[in-house]
Amino acid sequence: MRRIVIDPVTRIEGHLRIEVLLDGHEVKEAKSAGTLFRGFEVILNGRSPVDAQQLTQRVCGVCPIAHATAATFALDAAFGISEKIPDNGRIIRNLILGSNILQSHVLHFYHLAALDYVDVAAAADYTGDNDDLLAVRDFIARGHLGPFLPRYEGDYRLPKELNLKATADYAEALRIRRTCHEMLAVFGGRMPSQCGIVPGGASNGPTTSKIASFLGRLDTVRRFIADKYLPDVFAVAGAYADHFAIGGGCKRYLTYGQFDQTPSSAPLTGRNRFLAPGTYADGRADKLDIAQITEAVTHSRYEGDGPLFPYHEDTVPSPEKKGAYSWLKSPRYNDAVYEVGPLASILVNYANGNPVVKPLVDSALSTAGLQADALSSVMGRHLARALHAKLTADAMVEWVGQLKPGEPHCAEWTIPPAGDGCGMVDAPRGAVAHWVKVREHKTANYQLVVPTTWNASPADDKDRPGPMEQALIGTKVKDPGNPFEVVRIVRSFDPCLACAVHLVTPKGEKLGDFRIA
Amino acid sequence: MAEVREFPAVWLQGGSCSGCVVSLLNAVSPNIRQLLVDPVVPGRHVSLLFQPTVMAGSGEVALSVLPGEEAARGFILVVEGSIPTASPHYCMIGETGGQELSMLDKACELASRALAVVCVGTCSSFGGIPAAAPNPTGSKSLKTVLAERGISVPVVCIPGCPPHPDWFVHTVANVLLNGLPAADALDDVGRPLEFYGRTIHEQCPRRPDFDAGKLAKKQGDAGCLYHVGCKGPVTYADCPTRMWNSGVNWCVGANGPCIGCVEPSFPDLLSPLYEKICEERLPRLACTTRS
Repeated sequence: MRRIVIDPVTRIEGHLRIEVLLDGHEVKEAKSAGTLFRGFEVILNGRSPVDAQQLTQRVCGVCPIAHATAATFALDAAFGISEKIPDNGRIIRNLILGSNILQSHVLHFYHLAALDYVDVAAAADYTGDNDDLLAVRDFIARGHLGPFLPRYEGDYRLPKELNLKATADYAEALRIRRTCHEMLAVFGGRMPSQCGIVPGGASNGPTTSKIASFLGRLDTVRRFIADKYLPDVFAVAGAYADHFAIGGGCKRYLTYGQFDQTPSSAPLTGRNRFLAPGTYADGRADKLDIAQITEAVTHSRYEGDGPLFPYHEDTVPSPEKKGAYSWLKSPRYNDAVYEVGPLASILVNYANGNPVVKPLVDSALSTAGLQADALSSVMGRHLARALHAKLTADAMVEWVGQLKPGEPHCAEWTIPPAGDGCGMVDAPRGAVAHWVKVREHKTANYQLVVPTTWNASPADDKDRPGPMEQALIGTKVKDPGNPFEVVRIVRSFDPCLACAVHLVTPKGEKLGDFRIA
Repeated sequence: MAEVREFPAVWLQGGSCSGCVVSLLNAVSPNIRQLLVDPVVPGRHVSLLFQPTVMAGSGEVALSVLPGEEAARGFILVVEGSIPTASPHYCMIGETGGQELSMLDKACELASRALAVVCVGTCSSFGGIPAAAPNPTGSKSLKTVLAERGISVPVVCIPGCPPHPDWFVHTVANVLLNGLPAADALDDVGRPLEFYGRTIHEQCPRRPDFDAGKLAKKQGDAGCLYHVGCKGPVTYADCPTRMWNSGVNWCVGANGPCIGCVEPSFPDLLSPLYEKICEERLPRLACTTRS
C-alpha cells in the first residue's frame, strides 16, 4: 500500500489535508481533515445577537452571504418577525445571495478548478490579438512562473485551441467575478462582507438608479455564463469524459433550497423557494425533515458516538480518542450519508419537475449525450454548478423587476429578552444552517452546520465514510506521483474548510471544561 | 522585451477566512491579472511564488517553492489571518517530508528571512475576530508574535475585514517604486497614512446630516448612522472617498453603519456593532497619533 498525503490542498477555501492509501493504483482508504480552528461559536456567545449577521460572514470570505442569510433567517425567527419581511427586503436579500452565488461558481470553475484541466503554458507561442493571452505569453517568456508552476504534470488533455480559449476565459472570469461583487455592493454596500442583509429585510431600499446599476452588470454576467462558462464546462467535459464516471460517492443528496418567494415563519420545509429544499436518493426526490439531521462523532475527536441533533448536542473534545482522525463531525440524514451542493439542488429540483430546472437539465444532458445518473460524478458537479449559475442569473432579472422603489424594505424589530431561531439556506457549496438562542437580549448559544462539514466529514458511528471519502475510494490513480484524480475529485466538491471546522480542539490538547451545550 | 526585475512574494494564510485574498481579486487598477502576470510598475513584477487560493500546485509540490535559507532578504512575505498561539496545531499549513508545518513556526521562520512583511487584513495586523473574546485559540497579530520571538523585520499593516484592494495593491506599487515606506508614512500601528490617515466621520458624505442633527433612529433610516452604531468617528480609513467594488458603494452608502473593521479595537471594543459607540471606551480607542 502506498500512502499519499496532499497537504495543503490548494485552490479551495481554507486548510484541507487529504490522505489516501493506494493498493496498486486504486484508492482503498481516504481521509480528509481540516487543519484550522478559530472557534467562532464560542466568540459569538455573550454578544449582541444582531452582530452574528456581521461576524459570521467572516467565517468564510468566499461565501459570507450564505452565512449572513442563514444568520438573519435565524434572527428573524428569534425576533418573531419572519412573516413581516417586506417584499423589497426579501427580494434584495435574494439578489445579494444570487450575486455571490454567481461570483462563487465562476471563481470555482475558472480560478479554483480549471488549472487541473487547462494548460496555461499553451499561450507560450501565442500569436493572436487577445490582450490577456499576450500578457500571459510575455509572462511565460520572462520565465518566472509562480503561482502557475510548479504543478502536477501529465494529464492535460485539451487541444491547444481550447487551452488558449479557456486561459483567455480564466482572465475574463477574473473581471466577471469582480462584476458579481459590484452587483452585490449595489444593495450590500461592499463585498466581501456586506451590510445589506439585516434582520427584518434589507438595510436599504431600491431606487431606479440602483436597479439600473444592478441590471447592467447582471446582463454582462449572464452573457458570460451563457457564452463562455457553460461552453467551457462542456468543452472540458468533452476532453475528460471519463470524469463523468469517477468521484460519484454516496449518491444521496440533500438541499435546503434557495431564494424565498414569499415571507414565511416556517424554518425550512414550509417555505416557498425558487429552488426547493429536499432530498434525492435512489432516483427519487423526497421532502426534507430537519428532525432527521444528526451528527456523529465516532471518528471525530470528541467524547461519545452520537448521533445527536446538532442544536441539542453536548460536544466534549477528546483529542486522544481511539479511532478518531478528524476534527470535523459527521452530519448524517435519516441515518445515511448525504452530499450537499449545487448538484444536490439540481437533482432534487430536477426530480421534482421544477419548471425552470427540468428543461435546462434536460437540454444540458442532451447536449452532452448523458443520462441523469452521470451527474453523480466529478464532471457532473461542475456541470450542475454551471447550470445552477445559469438558472440563478436568469431568475434574478425577473426578481429585479419585482422591486418597488419607495415601498418598505425592512420590518421593525427589537431584540427580545429571549427567543430561538434557526436559519437554513444553500450556500454556493451546499446546505448551511445556523441556530441561535437568545437569552437576556444576548446570544446564549450559536451553532452552525455547514456544507463542507457534510461533504468532508469522517466516517460515522457505523463506519460509513463521508461523501468526499466515498468519492475517492475505488478511484484509479493513473500516476501516483501526480495524483490528478484525487485533487479533481476533492475540488469538484468546492470545499470550504474555514466554514467546516467547528468546535474542535488542537491535536493533543485539551480545552478543560470547554463545552457547547 | 525590456528587462523586468522580479520581486518574489510569498503569501501565507493563517487563521483566516480568505476574505482578504478574495477582496484583492476585486482590484481595479492595477487589476488582478496585471498584478499576477504583468509588471505592476514599468520594469518591476511581483512574482507570487506561493498563494494557497490561486496557486496551481498542491501538497509537497506547492510547499517546494517556499524560500529556503538561501533566499535571505530576497522576498516579501504577505500574511493573511491571525496567528494562533495557544497551540501550533490550531493552524497547520502543510506537510512536507513527513513533517507537519504549523502557521506559527513557518510564519516566524519566513518572516525572519524576509525583506519585509505585509500584514494583509485585520487578523494578521491586530488579531481581528479570531482574537476576539474569549480568544479560544490564543490568536495574535503577526507583529506581536514576531516581537515575542525577537524577530526584527519591517512590517506594514493593511488592515480591514477585508481590506480594500487598493490599500494593498497601491502599497505594493509604492514599495516597487520607492522602497519600503518611511516611518513617518505610517501611523503608530503600522498603517500607511495615505489610506488610513483620516477618520471615516471626517470624510463622510453624511457628515452634514450629523452636523444638522439628522440622525437615523433605527436600522434602515436615512441620515447619519451615529446612533445606530456607526464607528466612523473612531475609524481611520478612506472608504467614503475611495468607495468599494470599483466605486459602486460602501457600507454607509447602503445604510450600514461603519463597524470599524480596520481598527486594532475591532471587534471587541467596537461591539455591539449596531449600538452607539460606548463613550467610556473612547480613551482606549484613541490609539493613533497623527501629524
